[in-house]
Amino acid sequence: MSLPAPFAEIVEEFAAVTPRQRLELLLDYSSDLPALPERYVGSRDALEQVHECQSPLFLAVEVDGDGAAGGGPAVHLFFDAPAEAPTTRGFAGILHAGLDGLPPAEVLALPDEAPLALGLGEAVSPLRLRGMQAMLARIKRQVRERCS
Amino acid sequence: MCVTATKGDPVSLPQDSDPKLGAYAHPERLVTTSWLAEHLGEPGLVVVESDEDVLLYETGHIPGAVKVDWHTELNDPVTRDYVDGGRFAELMRDKGIARDTTVVIYGDKNNWWAAYALWVFTLFGHEDVRLLDGGRTAWVSEGRPMTTDKPDPEPTDYPAVERDDSRIRAFKDDVLAHLGGPLVDVRTPGEFSGELLHMPDYPQEGAMRGGHIPGAASVPWARAAAEDGRFRTRVELDALYGGEVGLSPDEDVIVYCRIGERSSHTWFVLTHLLGYGSVRNYDGSWTEWGNSVRAPIEKGAGRSA
Repeated sequence: MSLPAPFAEIVEEFAAVTPRQRLELLLDYSSDLPALPERYVGSRDALEQVHECQSPLFLAVEVDGDGAAGGGPAVHLFFDAPAEAPTTRGFAGILHAGLDGLPPAEVLALPDEAPLALGLGEAVSPLRLRGMQAMLARIKRQVRERCS
Repeated sequence: MCVTATKGDPVSLPQDSDPKLGAYAHPERLVTTSWLAEHLGEPGLVVVESDEDVLLYETGHIPGAVKVDWHTELNDPVTRDYVDGGRFAELMRDKGIARDTTVVIYGDKNNWWAAYALWVFTLFGHEDVRLLDGGRTAWVSEGRPMTTDKPDPEPTDYPAVERDDSRIRAFKDDVLAHLGGPLVDVRTPGEFSGELLHMPDYPQEGAMRGGHIPGAASVPWARAAAEDGRFRTRVELDALYGGEVGLSPDEDVIVYCRIGERSSHTWFVLTHLLGYGSVRNYDGSWTEWGNSVRAPIEKGAGRSA
């Protein structure tokens, strides 16, 4: 599976620890998820709900024209999930850390089954992981829409 | 039970004498937050957190509480069944639970998954297992202590007990034989009518057909909980299940939902709070029935309570 460098680093990080420690790592990503920017607060209509998650999760995708150093377009991700849903927040945190700032082509090239590479199935259950795959699918669809 | 008490361990902790609980048929199955606060840390008591969100425990839990997760610890995904007696015994040993331990379970979402865990403990005949009325929300909202410190329980010697699926669990053939008898569907009205295949806001997955088992009464599980997440009073629950739905404590009742978790909550209410003598939880529930060839279904609002 060919993964963009930041996402591949996260996969390596998860692979290096035991299933139980993966849960702790997921909690770190949950805590590190950036807060929703002011401009999205209170405007749920501007966000897309991910119905496949156990708890309410909303996301927004932006593609800015001229991104960082390289000057090409870059994808930016924004998430809104309650504190009492740390697993869902953790999934969002991983996707944010692994994909935010990448060029659209790299986000779109991420395989749909990439969340499975984190080895969380045992710690979290495959059923719960579906929520993360659904988030990724919706992010990719929005990137496609923004870039068409 | 032939268990030798060690180090002066009590065989069982005292019952909560709270008057609200006293009105229920089996008040020994519930404890209040103040009872738990008073007895926390006593020998013979293990507190278990069981949540829908597998990480919630890690964000903070009642001091000393251990976590039990249905997905990863009570369920055998290969056989689509619960773990066997050997695996359950191993789990109990790891959690520091002995056969005569008083287990108090609490969790998120009105104790939904906590009730499920309690039902599974009951399949293995664990005698003294109770729910914390109001669950995690009640404890947190009262500002009671929470910690992220993980307990390191001393392994116990829990026997491998064979699971008894005959009394409180129903399989598809049991439900087919029961058609015409009292059935309670505890899913949302949209799932009951067939409009949705899963709860609103959850994945639309799991079953090929929408609807309910013929003759089932629709009583969404959360109607048994008050706004604060605690169970409704005996009078309110009798009015709902006895009055509105017309169930009677001496009938055989089968409850179901999508995979048997939400209906465990209703099983708890009917069995322990209202004293119904024969309630079985059909854990195959809609994911099995809705997909089964030739299993009869009904669509529409039906006999709604």
